[in-house]
Amino acid sequence: MANSEFDTIAAISTPVGEGGISIIRISGSAALAVANQLIKGPDLTQVASHTINYGHLIDPTTAEEVDEVMVSVMLAPRTYTKEDVVEINCHGGLLATNRTLQLVLSHGARLAEPGEFTKRAFLNGRLDLSQAEAVMDLIRAKTDQSMQVALNQLDGDLSRLIKRLRQDILDVLAQVEVNIDYPEYDAVEEMTSQMLKEKAQSVKQHLVALLQSAKQGKVLRDGLATAIIGRPNVGKSSLLNTLLHEDKAIVTNVAGTTRDVIEEYVNVNGVPLRLIDTAGIRQTDDQVEKIGVARSKQALDAADLVLLLLDSSRELTGEDRALIEATAAKPRIVILNKTDLPSQIDTGQVQAMIGDTPLLKTSITDHTGVDQLGALIAHLFFEQGIESHQGEVMVTNARHIGLLAQANEALDEVLSGLAAGMPVDLVQIDMTRCWDLLGEITGDSYQDELLDQLFSQFCLGK
Amino acid sequence: MEVSSAKQYEAGSYDVIVVGAGHAGSEAALAAARMGNRTLLVTISLEMVAFMPCNPSLGGPAKGIVVREIDALGGQMGKNIDQTYVQMRMLNTGKGPAVRALRAQADKHAYHRQMKLTIEQEPNLTLRQATVDDLIVEDGVCCGVITNTGARYRAKAVVLTVGTAARGKIIIGELQYESGPNNSKAAVKLSEALERLGFELERFKTGTPPRVNGNTIDYAATEEQPGDETPHHFSFDTPDSAYLPVKDQLSCWLTYTNPAVHDLIRANLDRAPMFSGLIEGVGPRYCPSIEDKVVRFADKDRHQLFLEPEGRDTDEYYVDGLSTSFPEEIQQQLLHQIKGLEHVEMMRPGYAIEYDVVAPHQLHPTLETKLIKNLYTAGQTNGTSGYEEAAGQGLIAGINAGRRALGLAPFVLKRSDAYIGVMIDDLVTKGTKEPYRLLTSRAEYRLILRHDNADLRLMAMGHALGLVSDERLAAMEAKKATVAAEIKRLATVRLKPGSAADEFIQAHGDHALKDSLTAAALLKRPYVSYDQLLEFIPAPATPLDRQAKEQVEIQLKYEGYIKKEEVKVNRLKRMEAKKIPANIDYDQIDGLATEGRQKLAKIRPETLAQASRISGVNPADLAILSVYIQHH
Repeated sequence: MANSEFDTIAAISTPVGEGGISIIRISGSAALAVANQLIKGPDLTQVASHTINYGHLIDPTTAEEVDEVMVSVMLAPRTYTKEDVVEINCHGGLLATNRTLQLVLSHGARLAEPGEFTKRAFLNGRLDLSQAEAVMDLIRAKTDQSMQVALNQLDGDLSRLIKRLRQDILDVLAQVEVNIDYPEYDAVEEMTSQMLKEKAQSVKQHLVALLQSAKQGKVLRDGLATAIIGRPNVGKSSLLNTLLHEDKAIVTNVAGTTRDVIEEYVNVNGVPLRLIDTAGIRQTDDQVEKIGVARSKQALDAADLVLLLLDSSRELTGEDRALIEATAAKPRIVILNKTDLPSQIDTGQVQAMIGDTPLLKTSITDHTGVDQLGALIAHLFFEQGIESHQGEVMVTNARHIGLLAQANEALDEVLSGLAAGMPVDLVQIDMTRCWDLLGEITGDSYQDELLDQLFSQFCLGK
Repeated sequence: MEVSSAKQYEAGSYDVIVVGAGHAGSEAALAAARMGNRTLLVTISLEMVAFMPCNPSLGGPAKGIVVREIDALGGQMGKNIDQTYVQMRMLNTGKGPAVRALRAQADKHAYHRQMKLTIEQEPNLTLRQATVDDLIVEDGVCCGVITNTGARYRAKAVVLTVGTAARGKIIIGELQYESGPNNSKAAVKLSEALERLGFELERFKTGTPPRVNGNTIDYAATEEQPGDETPHHFSFDTPDSAYLPVKDQLSCWLTYTNPAVHDLIRANLDRAPMFSGLIEGVGPRYCPSIEDKVVRFADKDRHQLFLEPEGRDTDEYYVDGLSTSFPEEIQQQLLHQIKGLEHVEMMRPGYAIEYDVVAPHQLHPTLETKLIKNLYTAGQTNGTSGYEEAAGQGLIAGINAGRRALGLAPFVLKRSDAYIGVMIDDLVTKGTKEPYRLLTSRAEYRLILRHDNADLRLMAMGHALGLVSDERLAAMEAKKATVAAEIKRLATVRLKPGSAADEFIQAHGDHALKDSLTAAALLKRPYVSYDQLLEFIPAPATPLDRQAKEQVEIQLKYEGYIKKEEVKVNRLKRMEAKKIPANIDYDQIDGLATEGRQKLAKIRPETLAQASRISGVNPADLAILSVYIQHH
C-alpha cells in the first residue's frame, strides 16, 4: 500500500448514496490511460486539458455499457494534486458509483488511502505550509473513521470466508517454504505443482463466486428484500406509501416471479430496498378477513430485513407477540407507530422482548420519525452489514471488490505459471501476492504469520 | 573468576578494535584491516578463532546465499570453506533458481586453523588473546577497550562480536556453570559494562547435541548421504578444478529417533531444564531441542538425525537433530535407543547455553549503536543464530567501523541488494524475540537475491569499498558482458519450422512451429537447456563456462518473474530515498497515533521505507511523517 506512492490512485470523491451524481476521481501518471480504456466516446488522450467530455462508461471485458457519464480531463500541473486528474461523473447511488469505481480499480488504479489526494497535493507542493496542520488532522480523522467502517464491514461471513481462504493459502505457502528451507526433512510432504494447482483452483472458485456476487451486486441491484409486517391497521400501507413517496427515484416495478405479487424498489438513504409482498399489504388492509400471521410469515421467509410495526395506541396482543417471536432471527427494526395517539403499549415490555433490536417511535401520518427510520436502515446496512440470505457471501464494498479482483488475477498468474512449467517456488510469488491482497481486506498482512505457521505446523531444525 | 585485578597500562592505539574472533569478528577484523585500518582483534581464546561450536557445516537455504554475498563483497568465509570442506551438496536442485542452496560440511578444525592463519598473515591486523572487560567511553563516544590483563587499547571505532560468551551459562540437566561456547571462558564484565552504559540486554538460549565416536557407530544401520559429483564452490575465485571427487569427500549418515526414545524423553521431562524452568532464555523455534520436538509434536513417532563428521583428523561425529540439555546420563540412554547408535560412545554431552544479547533495535542499519558513537555490534550479540548470519553482520560492522575510522560515509545494504540487507533491516527495524535465523521466506525479493548472481549483485560494491581487487572485478565484469552478449544473440537467432529444433519441440509434446522462433524463446520452454539449444544453433564465438551458461538460462527462463520483482524494488526506491532527519522529535509531530509515535521513537528509522516496515506504524502515520519531513 504505502509502498506504491505516486502510482495512480482513485476514489469516490462525493458522499456515497447521496446526490444524483457521483464523482470518481483518478489521479496519477496513468489516470488518462485508466479512464480511456473505460470510456466510449472521445479519445481522452487527445482532448484538451480542463475540458468536460460526454461518453459512455463501458466494461471492457464484456463491452457492456454501464452508464452515461461526463468525464473531466485535467492535465498536470494545474490540478488539485499537481498530477494528471480525470474525474468521471456517473449517476449517483450506490450501485452505479460502486460499479464505476470497481471498473477503475480493476483497470490500473489503486484505491486511494484516506486523505491521499490531499497528501499528494501537499507533497507535490500544491498546498503551502500553513495548510499542513489541517491536512494532517484531516488524514488522521479520515483514517480513524474509515478504519472503523472497515472493521464494521468485516463482521460476518465475508470476513470468515476470506480468513478461511487465507488460511488455506497460508498452509500451502508454509509447506512450500518448509520444502525450500528444510529440503532434507522428509517429514514434510513435497508440495507438488499438481497440489498447488488444485489449491489455487479451489481458492479461485471461491473468489470467482465472490466476485460474481459483487458483479451482480445482488443487494445493490436487486435491493435488500424488506418485509413490512404487523397486525392489520397498524400502518403498514402508510409506511409503504411514505417510503415510496419519500423516494424520488423508484427504480422499477416488476412482476414477482416466484410469488404472484408486485415488488416495489425504493432507495432509502442510499440503501436499495426491495419491498416484498407490497400487494399483500395493500390487499390485507382492505380485506381484513384475509390477514394474519400466516401471510406475514410467508413474506418473512424471503426477507433480508424486517420492519415490524406495532400499534403504540393499543396494548400488545398475542398476535404482536407471535410476530416478535417469528422475526427474532432476522435483522429487524421494531417500529412503535401512532405516537400521535395516547400511548397504551408497555414500551419496557416490548424492549425486553426484542432485546437489542433497534426500537423506533413514529407517527407515520404526522411524518415524525420517518427520517430516523431511513438513517437507521442505512446504519444497519452500511455499518452492521446486513447480508442477503439468498446469496452466499456477498461483497458490496468497492475496495474489497478491487482487492478480490486483483487477488483473482494473481491466481490466474499462478495457474499460467504452473501451465508454463514454472517451479513451485516461483509460482508461489503470485500465490503470496494473492494472500497479501486478501489480507488487505481483513487488515492482516504480516509476514510473521507465515513464520508462525511454519514453526507451529512443522517440526524442523537440528 | 579473578581473585585480583591487573594494574592498567596504556597498550597502544589502533584504528579499529574487534572484540571476539568468531565468525562475525573474523570478517569484521579482516574487512577493517583490508580497507587500510590498523586493526586489533582480541579473543578470549586463540583456539576459538572461527570455531564451529555447533554444526560442522556451512550454507544451506538462505545461509548459503549469504556466504556467496560475503564472498562477493570481499569477505573470507567462502574462501575459507572452499579450502576446508569435507563434503559439498547443492540442495533444492529440483526447484527454481532462487532457492537452490549450496551446503558444505566443514572440517571444523581445519576451518579454524585456516581462518586463524589468514588473520595472522593479514598485514595491518594484530590477533591477541585477552578478555575485554570494559569499554573506554568519553562523551558518548567509544574510544577503546580495557582487557582483563590491564591493557588499555585506544581506537577510532570498536566492534563487539562477543557471541554466546556474553555472560554465558551452560546448562546440562541439573548442572549449570558460567561458560562460553564449548567450555571456553565466559565474558561477564563486558555485559555489566554494557548495562552500565544503558544498553537493553536480553537473554537468549541456544543448544547443541552430543558428539559421539564414529568408530562406535553401526553405519550399516543408517543411510549414507554422500556429496555431489558436480563441482560446486562458494567463492567466485575457486576454480572447478579444485573440487574434490566424491571419493575424497566424507559422507553424512541418516538415522531416526523412535517411540522408545520419545518415551524415555517423556519419562524424564522433569529433568529437562527447558521444562523444569531452569532455563529462562528464549530459544529458537526453528532449532528446537529433541525434548521440545517430542513435546510439541507428540503425534510424530520419529525425527530425523544426521550424523555429521567433525573433520578429517578425528572420528568425532555431531548428532544433528538431537540438540538437548538433558543430564548426561539421560543423553547416554537416549543415544543407545537409536538405531545405529546402540553401542555408541558419547564423547561430549549436548548442552544448552544462555547468553546476553544487545536488543537490536538499539542499532543503526550500519550496526553502530545508537547509544554510543563509534561502537558497533554484530553476530549473536545482535540476537542472530548461525555462523553465516554472524559473518554477514561482522563484515558490515567491520566495513562501517573501518569507514568511520577513515572518515568515509557509511555503507548499508538494502533489502533488495542482499540477504544480508534483509537480515540487518529485520533486526534493526523489527527486533527479534528469539535467535534470528535467515530463511528464504524473510526475503521479499528472493528471485533477485539468488546465490548464482551474488557476484553480479555485489562485487562492484565490494570493489568500491576496497575489498575486491581490480582483477577480480574485471573477471566478474567479463562474465556479465559474456552473458549479456549471449542473451542478445539468442534473441536474434531464429529456428525455423521443420528444423531439427522443431522436431525436438514436437518430441516434447509441444505444438509444431508455424512461424520461426527465436532461440531465446525456445530456451524459455521448461524442457530446454542451454546445452540442448546449442545443438540447433551455432555456438557463440567464445564458448560459455558453466556459470555463464547458468546465468543465460536463469535470466531468460525466469525473465517474467524477475521483472515483476524489479518493479516492486523500483517502487520502493522512492521511499528508500526519503531520509528521515536523525534529530527528528516525534513528540513535535501532530497527528501521529500513539502507538506509531512510540514505535517510531524507539526504532528511529532512517528512511520512510524503513518506517513503513515497523509494525504498528500505519499508512496515516507514514503520510503525516512524509509531510513533516518534507517541510522541516
